[in-house]
Amino acid sequence: MATTKKKIVQWDPAHVKADLLSKYPSKVARKRSKQIMINEALGNETPEITANVRTTPGIITMRGCTYAGCKGVIMGPTRDIVNLVHGPIGCSFYAWLTRRNQTDAGENGENYMNYCFSTDMQDSDIIFGGEKKLAAAIQEAYDLFHPRSIAVFATCPVGLIGDDIHTVTKRMKEKFGDCNVYAFSCEGYKGVSQSAGHHIANNQVFRHIVGENDAEKPGKYKINLLGEYNIGGDGFEIDRIFKKCGITNISTFSGNSTYDQFASAHKADLNAVMCHRSINYVADMLEVKYGIPWIKVNFIGADATAKSLRKIAQYFGDQEFIDRVEAVIAEEMPKVEAARAEVMPRTSGKTAMMFVGGSRAHHYQELFKEMGMRTISAGYEFAHRDDYEGRQVIPDLKVDADSRNIEELEVEADATRFNPRKSAEEIKALEDAGYKFKHYDGLVPDMDKGTLIIDDLNQYEAERLVELMKPDIFCAGIKEKYSIQKLGVPMKQLHSYDSGGPYAGFEGAINFYHEIDRLVNSKVWSYMKAPWQDNPQLSATYGWE
Amino acid sequence: MRKVAIYGKGGIGKSTTTQNTVAGLAEMGKKIMVVGCDPKADSTRLLLGGLAQKSVLDTLREEGEDVELVNIRKKGYGDTWCVESGGPEPGVGCAGRGIITSINMLESLGAYEESEGLDYAFYDVLGDVVCGGFAMPIRDGKAEEIYIVCSGEMMAMYAANNICKGIMKFAQSGAVRLGGLICNSRAVDNEKEMIEELAKKLGTHMIYFVPRDNDVQRAEINRKTVIEWNPEVPQADHYRGLAKAIDANTNFVIPKPLEMEELEKLLMDYGLMN
Repeated sequence: MATTKKKIVQWDPAHVKADLLSKYPSKVARKRSKQIMINEALGNETPEITANVRTTPGIITMRGCTYAGCKGVIMGPTRDIVNLVHGPIGCSFYAWLTRRNQTDAGENGENYMNYCFSTDMQDSDIIFGGEKKLAAAIQEAYDLFHPRSIAVFATCPVGLIGDDIHTVTKRMKEKFGDCNVYAFSCEGYKGVSQSAGHHIANNQVFRHIVGENDAEKPGKYKINLLGEYNIGGDGFEIDRIFKKCGITNISTFSGNSTYDQFASAHKADLNAVMCHRSINYVADMLEVKYGIPWIKVNFIGADATAKSLRKIAQYFGDQEFIDRVEAVIAEEMPKVEAARAEVMPRTSGKTAMMFVGGSRAHHYQELFKEMGMRTISAGYEFAHRDDYEGRQVIPDLKVDADSRNIEELEVEADATRFNPRKSAEEIKALEDAGYKFKHYDGLVPDMDKGTLIIDDLNQYEAERLVELMKPDIFCAGIKEKYSIQKLGVPMKQLHSYDSGGPYAGFEGAINFYHEIDRLVNSKVWSYMKAPWQDNPQLSATYGWE
Repeated sequence: MRKVAIYGKGGIGKSTTTQNTVAGLAEMGKKIMVVGCDPKADSTRLLLGGLAQKSVLDTLREEGEDVELVNIRKKGYGDTWCVESGGPEPGVGCAGRGIITSINMLESLGAYEESEGLDYAFYDVLGDVVCGGFAMPIRDGKAEEIYIVCSGEMMAMYAANNICKGIMKFAQSGAVRLGGLICNSRAVDNEKEMIEELAKKLGTHMIYFVPRDNDVQRAEINRKTVIEWNPEVPQADHYRGLAKAIDANTNFVIPKPLEMEELEKLLMDYGLMN
């Protein structure tokens, strides 16, 4: 019978780093060594990490492409925009419903997320150009569904043959009159990772949609939730809490969102940013053009949720509102604490690794911490240095050719609609009280000394890390799932949550505690070795020996 | 079957030279197929007596998969088979991909089969080797002999040198070789000597010097090759001479492209000789 053995793992971060680098040719090792950082926890001064640079060819990266970042991440979760992919069928088909963004079709039932739209380019469309086919596809989508909006996404071949998708969409928009049509030049090859796609999506959403609906929105405490994608129903849980607190969510970028939410985003009084990496561009632009300040929040982890709610309440400053938020927290926390207390004896002291996203590898450390688990190594796939080291490094960021390749929108204050939500004095008073606007410290300060922070982890390094550091759980995406599990370590997908979720907010935290408890304490991993490998019942030798 | 591709700078006279040479070979009794690899689809105009040809790609687009050889090739002067690859209008799509598709189509339809009894297949390729598609005829052994049409003008020589770089790249992995330079004279000073020297430096030879003659224009206005239009004029004999030189050619090399400075020096040396 298998017995639970107490695992003793000893590793030295310098040795682990040297081991990871030892397989590389010297030039590659030099580059990778700047992306593998031993956290020194030096208080305010964090060592510099290299991020948002090209992956060396030959390395099996965990990253995705620019198209994935634009279509899949930012625009994918919106339900009433027809997302039409201009390209060969695979780009659309394999991006279809794979991110588990959930949606609630609402009263009018308008929901196109379960459709897969593509122009299905063929050889002859590549040769003769695909513009006519694209126009016909837009027309067909319009005739079939009469959507409020149609978004067109460029795939690699479209960029290569130079189809002028922006002119096609402009013409179709003028032709329809009642349907906003626009395009994204988000060819997969465009940036070093999906991050470029986020930026491209942010730009076009801001240029073509935000500010289109000037109708007043009811509600006293109006916010936008930026960078929340409703994976596994996260957004539903956050909206439940908002509703309970009396917070009106004007728009979510972009979980469970609609065209009209984006179009009305300038009507909110505060922008709460979840995933800093994918959406900070829109937050900045909303501030410059309309005068809406932004703050960093995190609804992953019950304590973090409570903290973020308090931060929102403090911004509005109404005692009545503050009291209501406190009441909600007081009401929600007991069941969270009960669940935590129940799993704690089994999860406490276990270790985790996570390599995912541009925020998730940071946010989920909160949840693990709540369960008494330590994160021994973490990193992002597509983050920039500010997501590791904090926004104070932004002025020092090196703008390389790859970043220059992505358009930077020049935004100015709107002539009629710019309205600072807080006066300079009010902002100052809040700041003096310790309130932080436009602030993100990044992942580095929240990680323990001696942990390993690794940017753009790859297949080889992931396996080696697991072998050397033997975590109790590894979190990444579908590409890593089975190779990690084959090493005998449970693997949790933090992109799509496997089939679970929500993990955000209070209910989400309870779900997560149970899920992780189930994974790290499962006996199944102890059966990875066949019984005879440990205890051979029969031993024999060949006759000639 | 000998597989020949004609390259050269845009406007140098590739199509004219190819068709007139093909007429010369046809007169010698050779069976030839000409494949135009230019989206303008004007590589067989003189052999067919006008732009009467429907391109492979247009046919493919209109007929779908159900395409027969008879739909895409037409008989021209001296029983030559004429094919136009065709392509998109200027500024859209990918002409290079079009050439790849149409050559593959010709192959799968059996246009090069033994049973067709071809002595020559000629590819007339647009301008420079601009992308992978335009290199198609020199890849995968589709064409084995390349002739570059050039003149004593700097840009024509520069283009010829550039094409040699393309040939060198594919020659290392395949059977393609440079057969020589065809000088289509622009009546530049010391033109013949200069091209002979350029050819020598590239490791090849100038296979023929075609003098400038307005009879070529006259024949073109009549939508005919010179040989068909007026077999008696001296220019017709020049094209016969070029056809014979190609037919008898055994000088096939992997070219050695020149450095830019070397090329400019050549021009200085010969251009300023007087």
